[in-house]
Amino acid sequence: MSESSEKWELRLYTAGQTPKSVAALNNLKRVCEEHLAGHYTIEVIDLMKNPRLAKEDEIIAIPTLVRKIPAPLRRIIGDLSNTERALVGLQLRQRSE
Amino acid sequence: MKLERPPRREAGTLPKAPTGIEGLDQITLGGLPRGRPTLVCGGAGCGKTLLAMEFLIRGATQYGEPGAFIAFEETGEELAQNVRSLGFDLDKLVADNKISVDHIHVERNEIEENGDYDLEGLFLRLGLAIDSVGAKRIVLDTIETLFGGFDNHALLRSELRRLFRWLKDKGVTAVITGERGDGQLTRQGLEEYVSDCVIFLDHRVIDQVSTRRLRIVKYRGTTHGTNEYPFLIDEDGFSVLPLSSLALDHKVSNERVTSGIPRLDAMLGGKGFYRGSSILVSGTAGTGKTSLSAHLAEETCKRGERVLYLAFEESPAQLMRNMKSIGIDLEPHLKKGLLKLHASRPTLHGLEMHLVQMHKMVEEFDPSLVIVDPISNFVAAGNAHDALSMLLRLTDYLKSRQITAMFTHLSSGGVAGAALENTDLGVSSLIDTWILLRDIELGGERNKGLYILKSRGMKHSNQIREYLLTAEGVQLEDVYVGPEGVLTGSMRAAQEARENAAQTERAEEIARRQRELERKRAALEAQIAGLRAEFSAVEEESSVLAKQDRTRQSAILESREATAARRGADNNSATARKRK
Repeated sequence: MSESSEKWELRLYTAGQTPKSVAALNNLKRVCEEHLAGHYTIEVIDLMKNPRLAKEDEIIAIPTLVRKIPAPLRRIIGDLSNTERALVGLQLRQRSE
Repeated sequence: MKLERPPRREAGTLPKAPTGIEGLDQITLGGLPRGRPTLVCGGAGCGKTLLAMEFLIRGATQYGEPGAFIAFEETGEELAQNVRSLGFDLDKLVADNKISVDHIHVERNEIEENGDYDLEGLFLRLGLAIDSVGAKRIVLDTIETLFGGFDNHALLRSELRRLFRWLKDKGVTAVITGERGDGQLTRQGLEEYVSDCVIFLDHRVIDQVSTRRLRIVKYRGTTHGTNEYPFLIDEDGFSVLPLSSLALDHKVSNERVTSGIPRLDAMLGGKGFYRGSSILVSGTAGTGKTSLSAHLAEETCKRGERVLYLAFEESPAQLMRNMKSIGIDLEPHLKKGLLKLHASRPTLHGLEMHLVQMHKMVEEFDPSLVIVDPISNFVAAGNAHDALSMLLRLTDYLKSRQITAMFTHLSSGGVAGAALENTDLGVSSLIDTWILLRDIELGGERNKGLYILKSRGMKHSNQIREYLLTAEGVQLEDVYVGPEGVLTGSMRAAQEARENAAQTERAEEIARRQRELERKRAALEAQIAGLRAEFSAVEEESSVLAKQDRTRQSAILESREATAARRGADNNSATARKRK
């Protein structure tokens, strides 16, 4: 896959260590390990510590996952508990098929 | 341990945050509930955003309360542009850190939902916006946009509930706007969450004329005006008309103001109108209603008082020209700023808007006389019922401010006098002094007659007077009553001539009699003089006789004494000796 050479840049916005945030991060990590092992970075941004970024990145819901690279930008909100949908949302499912 | 007592609050008073919006603070008796959310709802384009923005801007500029504007629909730039047309410099307030504007972009297509989430990001952003300027006021315009951005409405609703509680805890006075929905105040039933104060804005178009109205649906814990109040959005922003004080408790003045026409004053108990009374001048076309108004206007300006002339038929220039033709020059007063002429078409906007506009002009100009010429045209801008209610409010308002009001009314009735007394607006009960102008057709002429139909609180003339529009203004003529009623025009002139002739004749007769009397007196005088002469002759004669008599007497006495002396009579010796 040509995409696999590309480095995925993912950002997860959280607000403190809430159960939802923790679940989201765990779910995300699991999906990435399964499908993008070695080709991704996850940046966790705690908006409690840096609320200004909420404005800059237009974050309303917590947790929000943003796929910065590859383009186009994608946003997924929620704890990513539905793995199937998370794959589709990140456009990993189409590729894996 | 000392127990902290809660701060005492006066019974029944809720702390309020004044909006600074003209009229709204009066209706709400002080403003919006402080530290609580208020819902402002209404259809598209009814002015929700503007009301919210003005609340914020006035809070920052007038009451020293910084504010945060959270826009879900428009960007900060668009907002600044929108309010700039109303004379508010949002950019400067933002630069001065008095207001923060945050645009929260909610785009359905960019967001995919997966699992559980909350709106903590929104809370953080609101918190940031509040903290960045130390906001005491916040506007969320309109939060319903969120419902378009998220699928999980159940979650959204619980988050909204949390949001409003959070805002209350923060102690910020919040204004939340919401679009009008079907069968409920807002599309998403926001009124369920915001229950302290709900303001409903309405923009109705009836007969192609638009009217804006505001109503306070509820305001928990306080009394408030419950009517629908018209409001206006103009270059100064929002203004609401709290014209509902229909209690008849105006102060009254005993001061009288002249009408500018001495003979009309004479008919009005000799002194003219009461200050602060409402005057109606009604009549058919061309009977000089405007001229009468202009007289009053000129007279008031001459006293140095301000006059607001609202013309709904003629342009200011036309009015001035026409009034000049009857010798009333309003231009100097206009230049001095004592007179304000405002002309607009009655159909320009709805009645309520007219009312708000008048209200505003009166507040700004502070006149002692307001002329509305004519009121009959308002029927064109609404229906008769609305026009009446508007006039009621207007007269009420003017009376409460002790402003004399003169209305003219174009009667549609024919020549018959009876029809004229029914104004199609049915305003008569509002009017203190009603002057009726009518045409009198007599002897092949059409002349103008004036009479006072009613005038509360004064003895007024019951005569029908003919009047003329001359180069020196309106002139009331003498009254001549002929067998067919009041004589007017040339019949009056003829009668006048006849009376003049009779007058001369009478004067001559009197002079003749005077002369005769003089003559008689002269004759009498002469007679008296003759008698007097006769009398004095007799008097003289009698005094001569008396003198002669006395001389004779003394002569007799002397001779008697002399005889006695000669005889040497003893008994008279003493006398005799003395004589020696």
